Formats: sequence, C-alpha cells, structure tokens
Amino acid sequence: MERPAWAPRSIDITVPSVSRMYDFYLGGSHNFEVDRQAARQAMEFMPGLPKIMQANRAFMRRAVRFAVAEGITQFLDIGSGIPTFGNVHEVAQAADPDARVMYVDHDPVAVAHSQAVLDGNDRADILAADLRKPQEILASPEVLRLIDLNRPVALLLVAILHFVEDADDPYAAVTELREALAPGSMLVLTHASYDGIPLPPERAEGAVDVYQNIRNPLIMRTRDEIARFFEGYDMVEPGLVPMPQWRPDTAPEDEDPYAFSGFAGVGRTA
Amino acid sequence: MSAEPDGPEDRLRRFATIWSRAVYPVTSTSSTRPEFEERLLPLARRLSEALRARSFDADAGRTAGAALVEAHCTDPEALSRTLDCVDAYLVLYCGGDGDREDLRARSARLQHAMAAGFARALRERTLAEQEAIAQAALEAQGVVAQALHATEARFRAVFEGAAIGIGIADLEGNVLQVNGALRRMFGLSEQGLRGRNVRDWVHPDDAPQTWRLYDELVSGEREHYHLEKAFHRPDGTVLWTNLTVSLLRDPDGEPQYQLALMEDTTERRLLNLRLRYEATHDALTGLPNRTFFFERLEKALGAGEGQRFGLCYLDLDGFKTVNDSLGHAAGDRLLVEVADRLQACATAPGEMVARLGGDEFVALTTGSDTERTVDELAARIMNALLAPISVDGRELTVRGSIGIVEGPAGERSAAEVLRSADITMYRAKSAGGNRFELADPEADARAITRHGLTTALPTALDRGEFFIEYQPLVHLGDGSVRGAEALVRWLHPQHGVLSPDRFIPLAEHTGLIVPLGRWVLEQSVRQAREWRDRHGGEALGPLRINVNLSPCQLTHPGLVQDTVDILERTGVAPEALCLEVTESALIGADDDLLKPLRRLAEMGVDIALDDFGTGYSNLANLRRLPVSVLKLDRSFTQSMQQFPADPVDLKIVEGIVSLAHSLDLAVTVEGVETGAQAEQLRILGCDTAQGWYYARPGPPDRLHELALVDATG
Repeated sequence: MERPAWAPRSIDITVPSVSRMYDFYLGGSHNFEVDRQAARQAMEFMPGLPKIMQANRAFMRRAVRFAVAEGITQFLDIGSGIPTFGNVHEVAQAADPDARVMYVDHDPVAVAHSQAVLDGNDRADILAADLRKPQEILASPEVLRLIDLNRPVALLLVAILHFVEDADDPYAAVTELREALAPGSMLVLTHASYDGIPLPPERAEGAVDVYQNIRNPLIMRTRDEIARFFEGYDMVEPGLVPMPQWRPDTAPEDEDPYAFSGFAGVGRTA
Repeated sequence: MSAEPDGPEDRLRRFATIWSRAVYPVTSTSSTRPEFEERLLPLARRLSEALRARSFDADAGRTAGAALVEAHCTDPEALSRTLDCVDAYLVLYCGGDGDREDLRARSARLQHAMAAGFARALRERTLAEQEAIAQAALEAQGVVAQALHATEARFRAVFEGAAIGIGIADLEGNVLQVNGALRRMFGLSEQGLRGRNVRDWVHPDDAPQTWRLYDELVSGEREHYHLEKAFHRPDGTVLWTNLTVSLLRDPDGEPQYQLALMEDTTERRLLNLRLRYEATHDALTGLPNRTFFFERLEKALGAGEGQRFGLCYLDLDGFKTVNDSLGHAAGDRLLVEVADRLQACATAPGEMVARLGGDEFVALTTGSDTERTVDELAARIMNALLAPISVDGRELTVRGSIGIVEGPAGERSAAEVLRSADITMYRAKSAGGNRFELADPEADARAITRHGLTTALPTALDRGEFFIEYQPLVHLGDGSVRGAEALVRWLHPQHGVLSPDRFIPLAEHTGLIVPLGRWVLEQSVRQAREWRDRHGGEALGPLRINVNLSPCQLTHPGLVQDTVDILERTGVAPEALCLEVTESALIGADDDLLKPLRRLAEMGVDIALDDFGTGYSNLANLRRLPVSVLKLDRSFTQSMQQFPADPVDLKIVEGIVSLAHSLDLAVTVEGVETGAQAEQLRILGCDTAQGWYYARPGPPDRLHELALVDATG
C-alpha cells in the first residue's frame, strides 16, 4: 500500500539524537553527521562537554559497583542510550555475573543498537518505552521477565531527567517508579545544572540553545529542584554532590573542571 | 608487583606512569587513571621487550597502537601524546645498556608501527561502529515502518470504511484523496474525483459566506468551518451535505492540506422539505393551509410603511347540504375544484390562496394598492364560482359569501384580521349569501361581543352567573296572584345583567340551552315549592310557575324524564307547572316532536302556546296540540293602552278568546301596562294577565309579598 503523502513520518535520522551525540562526546562513532554537527555546535560553547559525559560515565560505574556491593543485583536503566563501553551490564556483571540489567530507551535507533549488543546475553535486555509513561515500563513483559519487583532494584536515571520538561511532570514519573520498587531499592541519578559549569552562564546557555534547536530541550535544574527527585529516598553518603565528589576512587582535585558540572546522587528506599 | 628501586621493573613502571599521565586527559575511558595505567603497563612491557630483543620485530608497536584504541583512546591527540612519550622516554627508561643509536632506530620503527596499528584499529572500530549504528538505524526504521504500516493500515481501513465522506485536498484546492463514502455520494470514481479542484464545486444554492470561509481556511486564517452545501452530481441531481472543512498543518504549524468531512443530507433534506410541505399544505386540495397562511399574513402585516394587505375570507353557501346529500367524497371533489378555481384567481405576485379548513378559504393580496386589488380579487372569486361544478355527473351550483378586510400593514395582528374577516363573511352570509361584504368596525364590535358571550356561556353556568326573576300572573277576574313566569337573567361580570334575548339564541346555538334550561326548570320548581310551603294558598290553589322551553329543549330526548325527576325530587304537583312553548317552535311540528309534550300534558303539566298570533298559526292545528293555555302576544294588547282602543284589535282578541274557550283553552295576555287595559281584557274574557301594571319581573320574595297581600286582602 502506498504511503499517503500527508501521513507524518515518525522516525527521522536527519534529526540529531541526544543519545548519538552522547556517543560522539565519548569518542564513539555510533553517530551520523547531523549528530556530530549538533555536538560540535554545543562544544563551541562548552568545549569540556566530553569531560562532563566522561565524569557521568565514571560516576555511573562507581554507583553500579556500590549497588552490587550493597547486595543489589537488579538494575533498571531508563534512558540508557547507545551502548558504547562501560555499560551498566558490563560493570554489574563483572562484579556479579548473575546481575540482571533492563535497559529502557525511547530512541528506536538506540533500542535497535542495544538489541544487537545484548544479543546472546540472557541477563540483559532492552525495552522501547518512555520514562514519561512509567506504567508501560513497569507492566511490560520484558521487565517482568528480567526484574523481580519484590526484590530491591537499582533504578538508574542517569543524564535523562534533564530531557524531561516540567510540562511532562518528571516528578510524578519518578514517584510512580519509586512506588513500584521494593524496600532497599536505590535511585541512581545525575542531572544537568548551571551549578558547577566553569563558564559564564551565557556560554552555557549557548549549548542549551543547541538542544532547544534540535527540539530536544535540555532542562537545567537547580540543586534543590534536583534534590526533590529523591523524595521518599534516604540519601546515600555523601548526598547530592558534583559527580567527581561522589565516593571517588582518586583525588577529585585531579579531575577536569568541567566534570564538576551538574549533580549526582544515590538514594535508598526505606 | 614490587620492584627493586631503579631496577628494570621499576623503570618500566615509571615509563607506564608517565605514559598514562600524558594520555589519560584525552581518553574517553570511564576508568580511573591508576586503572588506565594498569592497562598500559603490559603494552609498555612489550614495547620494552621489543626494544631490546635479539631480532627486532615491530609487531609489538602495532599491537600497542591497536590496544590504545581498545582502551577508548580514540582521540588522535592520544596517539600524538603516546608517540611523544615513547620517543622521549622509552629508550631512556627501558633501553638498558644497549647501543643508543640502535635503540633510537628501533624506537622510531616501533613508533611508526604504533601509529599504523592505532590508525588501522581506529579505522576498523570506526567502520564497525558506523556499520553498527547504520544497521541499528535501518532496523529501527524497519520496526517503525512496520508499526507505521500497522497504524496506517488501521487508518486506511477507517478512512475507507467510514460512513462519512472524507476528502483531502491541497491548499490550491486540488483533490488528493477521497474515500469510498465520498465517491458514492458524488457517484464518481476515484479518478473522477482526484485531480478535481474544490473551487469547481460552486453551486447556486451556496450560502453567501461559503467561499469567504474557504478562502480564510486555505490562507491559514481559519482552522475550520462548518456549513450546509450542495454539489452537482454527474447525473444532474443535487447532493446536499453537512460539510466540515479543517485545515491540516505540518509539525511546524504551516498549513499543508484541507480535510473535508461530509455527510449526505440529501434525503433528510428532502424529507424535511416534504414534512415542511405537508405541514404547510392542505392534503386534499394541495393549497397552503392555515399554518402557511398565517405565516404569510403575519409577514404581510409586518411589512414596512406604505404596504397594505387585502384579505378575502370565503365560505361556501350551503356546502353542508352537498356533503349531507351527496356524501363526503362528492363534497371533497367539489372542494378540490373550488380550490383549483381559486388558485387561478390569485396568480399575481403577492397573492395567495389557502384553505383554512372545511369549506373556508382565504385569498390574500399584498402591496400598496390593495384597496383596489382586493375588490378585484373578490370579484374574480365570485366570478370563478359562477360556472356550475360537475360532480358525479351532477351540475352543482356553488355560491359563496366573502368577508373582505383591507388595511395598512403594522396595525393589527393576524388573529384580529382573520376574526374581522370571519365576522364580515358571516354578515355577508346572513344578508343572504352569494355576496361580499367589506369589514366594518362597528359590526365587528357587535359580533365580537356576541362572540365573547358565546365563549363565556359554558363557564357562566358553572360560576352561578345566572339568576331567575319572577313576573306575577294575575287572575283578571279577581286580581289575585295565581303564579309567576320564571325569566332567566345573566349577571355577566363585564356587561352586567343581560336579558334572555341577548344570550338564549347563543345558548340555543351552542347547545348550552339544554343544561341551562334544566337548571331554570329546577330552580323555578323549587321556588314554587317554597311558595307553597310559606304561603299555603289553600283557598286559591297552589301558586303556579311558568317556565319557558326553547325549541332545542323540545327536541332533547331527556325532556320528559328531567321534568318528572325534578317534580318528584321537589314534591311539586305537575299541575303547578306550566311549560311555555313558542308558537313558531310548533309550526309544522310532527307527532314525534309533540310526543314529549303530550306525555307531559297527560301527567298534568300545563302547556302554554307562547307569543300566540306572531306566527302563521294554523288555527285548525290548535286542536291537535297538547296545549291548555294560549299566551296572547303583547302586540294585540298594545293598542288597548290608548282610549278608545282600536275596534279591530278588540274584535280580533275577542275572536281569539272565543276560539280558545271553545277549545277549552285558557287565555293569558302579556304586556298589560294600564288599568284600562286590564279592564278591557277582563271584559273581553281573558283569564290571566301579566305586565308592568301588576309588577315587573323581580326576586321571588317580592312575589311572595304580593301573594300575601291577596290572601290577606
């Protein structure tokens, strides 16, 4: 059947994707020219963007190891993006081969790529779903197959909530997810903020504008606003801090100044 | 691993540390720097060994270069810093005591190999990742396309299967796609519709705003509009639709297409038209009916200054006779023919003919010159009725009476105008029919009062607005009160006390006379009973009561039974009651009509012939009637008020009295106003009298007093 000319297209790889831009920042080649163009534009305002991403990855790695050390073996990573290296399942399964990881992303290309990467790994899977509709995630057969919601889960919302606008009520989504988790579960979260960026705000705003232009707005939130996502969680030491300061393996002073942009934290349900 | 200070192992580790410190800042790894150094240490060891091996092999360089890429040092700067580091420190820290020249040459070759290994690995990694992401994009598109296909198939099914017509056109009006329902509505194929332009569908019945709304929509000023629109079908018929057109915008908000949803309302519209026609036309004649006529009349009456109207209200004379004698089917055919002729009389603009019901028709003319045109219209109608109408082989002569109302618009309501026309028509009819009369406000007012009384009559009885006055009947011989005539009055809330001649004919006409008459009879008989109880009257016999019977009551089947019931209920002897019947009511009376009177007479009720001498009485007939009293009309006694009385009148009265007495009838005279009159009548032999000379009609107590005077005097 011929596709009517008036039907809207629903996938368009000529539009930059934040997950492929993220891959580019991390030196990967899982990206297209449109993604690289947008990423380079953002880097013109904030040359240290890759360092933020790298610090983000490093934090995630430490947090996953922390969770495994605390006895958690189930991971729900929403907004997992393009799997490059140092992915949650790699880190978690290196620490505990039985660890189970459920990735969730709404970018069909990221999902397809994740499927290719995870092929053959029966303890890790990817689900195409949206953080804004938590019930679709929680009730999906994939999640129910891999994750036992009666046991503690580490919920990873790493570098994703700053892509959810207030109009879509990210707080409600986070609350809904928390309510589905068993006691002793953890929330691992990072979020962009103007706090800590080693640049005058107008430069950082230039980068934010790039995301606005690609219709994937980056929502910068204050520390207090980010802290509200942890309502119902007890903060794990040292609380909500710049990424390099969360349980560092090496002296934070050695880190690149950009790594201190935004906040990271881990909370635990009672 | 512990190493001897400044031993080969310690020196190797120091090289790895320097190397990792140089490269770590430009890597993307999520490892820590110490972890990264641990990854570089084996590479450093292989480089160190290759540097000092007996036979040189640059392979270690290629491996180390490739390993950098694997450790996520994909930034070219990582290679540059690595080569700087190797160049400066490899020979220094790992060269041992070998030949410097030779070591440097080997180092250089290792660097070349590292660059090549790095480049190859990076190229392979890049290609692999590009391949992977392209593959993923392709797959994702496949998945999305499949999902889209499924939704699209659903939408297509909805689109095609929808009962409502759906069409999509671009903003220039070119039709891009239409669904089955729409094709069926238009009676056209997809090809017949696709490529057509919306602007071609102009129709004479388009509402004035149709194309303005369209222009606003395609220019993006309007999101949608809704209206009723007609379209030409290829077979020449008209398609009526309920049309909703919406503007479709692209994700950037730019107008892209127009979407039309249409519902076929042709049949509903036809049905509505038919219903409207049926609601506004007379089924028999096809003429506009009362509803339609009122609409038009109201419009005419609401017209602007200088506009006038003229109305002819036609009622056929004697139509009831046609219906009664030839049957309703013949009557209907007559009406149809009349309707056709009337229709032909009112063909000018502003003229119309309608049937109000039965044999009543109206013709309306409007304009500024209706004073003239309405006369002409009435004349045309009278003229059109002249030729006999052939029904069932009979030539029927049809005549009509017309009431004409003419006047300026804006003064009267439609109901007022029609009432005036109705009254005027009746005037024409009472004047003999077959004529037209022009409305006259005074005649209207009189008729309107009559009309008002007629409508007020039924409730008047319930509200107790009637009362009875009694006029004594005096024995001429001794002047004693022998009884009284009961005379009904109506105390009308607006018009005051009304005498019987104002309302009895109306009561006759409406049939109310039967309950009213019964009420009068009952009240009067009760009164007679009361007199008897109070007065005794043993010496002179009971006081009698005279009650009038109207012609209508005479024919009412309940007359005898009602009378008997009342007499029994009140315990009054039939002999105390006299029923007065007018002479005219009994003219030509057959036995059926006389039967009830005869039965009453047999029971002992007196029957008086009222107003005797006013009709053309067949004197011979008097024998046949169950009558015991003659009431001489006042016209015979009027001349006796003067002195001397007219001798001819005296002779007549004398003759009548003589005749009556010979038939064993008593004679009562009315209208006695003077003593001379009374004396004269006594001499002539009359038995009883009534009139102002004795007493005017009055309340029952007054009679009681008079009777008491007699008894005591």
